[in-house]
Order: sequence, then structure tokens, then C-alpha cells
Amino acid sequence: MQRKNVVLLILILVLAALAVYVDLPKSPGLRFKIGSWEVDRDFSIRQGLDLRGGLQVLLEADVPVTQTLEAEALQQVKTIIDNRVNALGVTEPLVQTQGSRRIIVELPGIDDPDQAIATFKETGLLEFIDAGYTFLAPGTRVATTYPKLSAEGATGGVITPTLGVTATATTTPTYAYPTVLTGSYLKTANAYRDPTTGEFGINFELTDEGAKLFGDFTAAHADNNQEPFYYLAIALDKEIISCPHIVSAIPDGQGQISGSFTLEEVQQLAIQLQYGALPIPLKIETVRSVGPSLGQDSIQRSMRAGVVGLGIVLLFMLIYYRLPGLLADIALVLYGLLNFAVFKVGWPALMLIGLVLIISYLMDRTDIWALGLGGLLLAAAIAFGVTGFTGVTLTLPAITGFILSTGMAVDANILVFERMKEELRAGKSLNAAIEAGFNRAWTSIRDSNISTLITCVILFYFGQAFAAGSVRGFAITLALGVIINLFTAITVTRTLMRALYAWSGEKLRDSELLAAR
Amino acid sequence: MFNIVERRHWFFLISALIIIPGVVAMVIAGVRFGAPFRLGIDFTGGTLWEMRFSGDVQPGSVRQVFADNDLPATVQTTSDAQTVMIRTKEMQPTTKAAIGSAVAGAVGPYEELRFEYVGPAVGAEVARAAVVAIAVAALFILLYIIYAFRKVPNALRYGLCAIIAMIHDILVTVGLFAIAGLVLGWEADALFLTAVLTVVGFSVQDTIVVYDRIRENIHKRRGEPFETIVNRSLLETLHRSLVTQLNAIFVMIALLLFGGATMKQFVAVLLVGMLSGTYSSLFNAVPLVVVWETGKLIGRVRKPLPT
Repeated sequence: MQRKNVVLLILILVLAALAVYVDLPKSPGLRFKIGSWEVDRDFSIRQGLDLRGGLQVLLEADVPVTQTLEAEALQQVKTIIDNRVNALGVTEPLVQTQGSRRIIVELPGIDDPDQAIATFKETGLLEFIDAGYTFLAPGTRVATTYPKLSAEGATGGVITPTLGVTATATTTPTYAYPTVLTGSYLKTANAYRDPTTGEFGINFELTDEGAKLFGDFTAAHADNNQEPFYYLAIALDKEIISCPHIVSAIPDGQGQISGSFTLEEVQQLAIQLQYGALPIPLKIETVRSVGPSLGQDSIQRSMRAGVVGLGIVLLFMLIYYRLPGLLADIALVLYGLLNFAVFKVGWPALMLIGLVLIISYLMDRTDIWALGLGGLLLAAAIAFGVTGFTGVTLTLPAITGFILSTGMAVDANILVFERMKEELRAGKSLNAAIEAGFNRAWTSIRDSNISTLITCVILFYFGQAFAAGSVRGFAITLALGVIINLFTAITVTRTLMRALYAWSGEKLRDSELLAAR
Repeated sequence: MFNIVERRHWFFLISALIIIPGVVAMVIAGVRFGAPFRLGIDFTGGTLWEMRFSGDVQPGSVRQVFADNDLPATVQTTSDAQTVMIRTKEMQPTTKAAIGSAVAGAVGPYEELRFEYVGPAVGAEVARAAVVAIAVAALFILLYIIYAFRKVPNALRYGLCAIIAMIHDILVTVGLFAIAGLVLGWEADALFLTAVLTVVGFSVQDTIVVYDRIRENIHKRRGEPFETIVNRSLLETLHRSLVTQLNAIFVMIALLLFGGATMKQFVAVLLVGMLSGTYSSLFNAVPLVVVWETGKLIGRVRKPLPT
């Protein structure tokens, strides 16, 4: 056997062993430390929301399209939502801005999607309003002088609001109440339960600056519990939630907000107050929520379909092409293992495949495509490494794409074997037929795979617009499948064929095992 | 040697017979739904809600709850008699909570399997992106084929014939989907679009394989008439096309029989598209090149040349 083939065979075996190690359902992971370089990684498959259950929400700034938004404001919204979502205690939440007006939030494994949406979507603008001698019933919607505070000279008056910053801004002339304080002056906010009445409320503590404003205002307007009462209403997102009157001055900056709340509402409110109000109101564009049972059912069904489909393909190839079919089956199994390893670890797996391709070129410098593809894989691996691509999140379309790609992956081998048979029938030696099979079939394999890759790129590029994520997942697995397939169906199968030839020689040429006639 | 090229007009006729009912269905759907097929909420905006009850459920009773809340809804049972899928117009989260408790009160407690809400603005964007994506895909594949076959005379003709076959595949899949929409109530979602785009990518695979063989045979057999070269190339690659197709069909049938319910439409569209893709490559795209090169739409069945 040629030296090149021995080396390649060993490299392929090493690659297969690594892939098996990574793919093990309870893979021990990778942990080592060399100097300051420490690696501590688990190899686990990441499941998308449609498989593990969860919630995805696309939010859009609720301001007129003509109004441009500052990138900073959207970034600030993202940070606040991030904080609120973290306070919900969800594992691996994802909050991303999308374009200049949208934010996408993904929360895996959430029990109550509606509650979660309410927590991060509401603006959460808390205002203490100088209501004067009028009592404002809870539930009343009001206009205020916010962002200008009464301490800054804001006075009440009739206003004709232009399209304001808040979602609830009315368009008819209204009386605007002076805003005394906002939620941004809160230092802490906690939910509490009144032990005597059993009602829920919020305990808050103001910052030093807030405490001073609050102290000055209450000192100036205390009614000492005598009529007429002077009211300091509390409004959340311009809706009155309670309207106490000022009995006496409150200098220490501590207080309570009571009202008719449920436990969930006060918890949600505490989170919103703790992390501040959103600078831009948001509206919901899309919601997708999947319960965990549907996802688990989908995984089991897909696995079963995959096993059955792959089994039939393996059997068919073996029966139809016999010995070469067996080699193609080995390559196909390796294809599955490598794909799965890339899903789990991302770029390092791509890099190893790329390296093997480049080594295979360097040893005899004939297959320029191996150098090209290897270089492409290395470049992709580096690019992914920089951008932090550490594995593919598996969604249902992604799994379907992968299963489908196993059916298509044998195409390259079929092209080669059919060509090989033709060459054998034309009277060539086995060795020549093997080489011609691979060389002649290559242009077809290349051209047809490139057309699929073009589609994948377009699906990926436009996929963001369609149904967020699911289309992209399909495009990524399909594209990875095409690339890994070029390696397994050509490099691996050819190495195996050459090894087989080295062992059997020409005597195999007329054997039944080749099914050449 | 069986002569496909000489019988090309029959194969064109078969294609027409498959496409025409689909186009008729698309026209009917266009009148009824304002689109060539029934559009799902990904394109139109709306709400989709899947609930599993603890016992068997009458879709009508669930529909009634929605109707009482001024939300016209279609309700169907899905995988079993306990599970229903509700489709209705856009619904804000506040409405959702109220209706959810109304359903629980009137019908019984349920588990929320899935809830999807798409705003109308997003739906319109998706529809626009879909059209652009298919056009861009077609353009790039055409450019690639022209590039790959630049050394063959009239490379543009090969490319355009491959694109015509691709349009054939889109018409077959979309047409059958339109029929399924009228008969079975299938709705197009983002996955349908993904399936169509994937069909577009695979559609040219078989075409390229045969073209590649023509490219090789033109140089090897300079004396032969073009029709014979093309037919020879077709037959030489026929085995591969059938075996590859068979493997893909195995996998897709496994997915259809054993896969999750949510993916079935997607796989069905792919299956139809792939079958159409192989047919159109062998029996439309390649013979069309002959039509263009020879100027004869109808082939003449002759005795094969002595080989």
C-alpha cells in the first residue's frame, strides 16, 4: 500500500475515534490545563426551543416608523430586558437586537409564557404623581409631565400631546399631572405580603437623591390627616395603581406601594422596578411558544425516522453495490458521526477535517480540490472560532435537514461507483477503474454540490426574515452535510477503496463482490 | 438503446398534464384566498394555538368559545382526539389569558403544546423576502451553470434550460400544494418556503450531472449527431439518477411514516419536489437543450445508429 494511503487511513481512524468520543451520549467532555490555557468543556447537544420547549418573542419599538431610533436607546432596552429576564431565573436566555428597531428574546423551558412576556415587555415606568386635592381612582389612565419633574419646575396643565415616548400617550388634550419622582430613584424594590390583610405590595427604598426629593415634597404637602387630603398618586406606565394621601413628611426615603395585586403581579413589578423603565415602549410582533412535551415527542419520532431511513439506505447500498457498497456504508456512518460531532463542538471539529484534507493534498499534490476544501474549512473554522461558533443548536427543521442529507450523501458514492462499473465494463484494470471512477465523477459531484451550497447560503441569508431561526438551522445543517459529505464520500471512500485494492489486487476485478455486471 | 430524446414531446406533455391541474388550483386559490395557495400565519399574521385536553374533545365546543369572544377560529383535531389546533386572527396576550381561562372553564383543563402569534407587519415582510429569495436563488444558480459550462458552446442555453426545469419543479410542488390546500386545508408556512428553496437547489443537481456527461461526450464523440450524444449521456447517467433518487425517497418515506407531525407537510413537499426534480432534469431540461440546439420541438423516432 502506498505510504500516503496508510497515513490517511490512520488519520481517518483517529478522526473517527475522536468523533465517537465526542458523540457518546454521556461524553466525559474535555478538561485539561497547559500553562495558562485551560479547557473545560462538556460535549452536549444544544436543543432549540421547539425541542426543549420554551418561548421566543420578537419585540418591536412602538414608535412611528418615521421616527429614527438611536442605537444606544435600543441597546439600553436590550440591557434592561436582559436584566429582567435573568431575574426570572431562566437558564440560557437569549436577548438580541435585530436590525435597528427589534429585539428578539428566547427563553428555554419557561412554565408560564404569558407571565414572562408581561415581565420583560412592559415599559415599567413608575411615577409618583402630584395629584393635588383630586383623588385618582386606580385604573385611571393619566398624562404626566415626565420626563420633567416637579422639582425641575414642571407644573400641571392642559397639554396636547404630540406622539410621546410612551405607548399609552393619548392624542386628545389632557391634563398633565406633575411627576414628582420616577422608578429610577428606587434603590431596592421587593414584593411583600401584609401579614394582617394578606394583600401583596411592594416595599421600596429610594436613593439618597430620591429620598431628598421625596422628603421635600412630602414635607411641603403633608395634610396631617386632615381634609382636604393632598394626594400623591402612584402610576405604572401611566395607569394609576394606588392613590394615597400624604399624612406626614417622609424623610427616610422608605415606603410601600399597596393596591390590589396578585403575587405574580408584585413579583413582576418588583423585577421591573429593580431594573428600571424601558426608554422605548415595545410591542409584540411574534410569539412562538412550545410546551416541553411536544418537543420531546418530536425528538423521539425524528430519531426513529432517522434510524429507519439510515438503516434502509445502508442496506440498499450493501445489496446493490456489495463490497464497494460496504465501504460507502462505512463512509456514511463516519459522515453521521462527524456531523454530530460538529453539531456538538463546532469549529474545532471542522478544523480537524480541514487539516486531514490538507494533509491528503500535501502528500501527493494531485487533488487540488482537497486543498481548496481543506483551506475553506480551516478559514471557516477560524472565522467561527473568532465569532464563537461552538456547535449547532438543533431544531426540528435542522434534524430533518440532517436526516435528509444522509439520504443525499450517498449520491457522490453512487456517481463514483456507477462510473467505476462503466470503466470496468470498458475493460479497464481494477486499479485504473477505481482511479477513473473518482476522477471522472468529481466534476459532477462538485457542480451539483455547489448548487446546493448556493441554496443554503440564500436560505441562511434570507432565513432571518422567515420564522426566526428554524430556516437558518435547516440551511446550516444542510450546508455542513454537503461539505462533510465531500470529505467522507471522496477522501474516505477512496482511501478505503485503495486499501482494499492493496490487499486484494486485480483478482477482485472479476469477483462477484464488485457487482460490476 | 432506448431513445428518450426522440420521445421528448411525450415527456413534455406529461409535465403539462401534471402542471395544469396545479395551476388551475392556484387560480382557484387566488380567487378564494387572494394568494396562489392557502397562506399560513407566517405570511398573513395571525394566531396558532395547540392544546391538549385530558380527554377527547369536540372541536366545535372550542370553536364556540372563540366565537363568543369575537374571534372567528378554525379548530381541528391533530395527532389524536385529545389535541386541537386553533387558527385565528391576531390576538394580544391580554386577550389570550381571558380566552384561555374561558376554554378551560367551558371545555376542560388543557396543556398548551404550542402557541404562535405573528403580527401582520412581519407576515408581509416574510412574504416579500420569500419572493426575493427564490428569484435570487434562481439567478445565482443560472450564473453558476453558465460559468461551469463556459467551455461548452451556448452555455447560456444549458443554464436557461436548467432554470426552466427548475420553474417546472416549483410549479409542480406549489401546484400540488395548492391542490392540498383546497382539498386538505394545508397552509403554507415558513417551512414550506424552505422546502421550495431546497427543491430549487436539488432540482439542478440531476440536470448538472447529465450536462456534465454531455460536456464530456461532446469532446469524446465529435462525429455523432447532437441528439445521439445527449441521449447517450442521459442513459449513461440514468442508473445513478435512479439509485440516488431511490435512497432519498427511502429516507423521506421514513420521515413521513415515523417523523413528527409538524414536519410531515415539509417532507411531503420535499418528496414531490425531488421526484419532480429528477423527472424534469432527465425528461425536460436535457431534451429542451436538444430542442434549442436543433430547433425541433418534436422528436422523430428513428432506428438507432449502428454502434
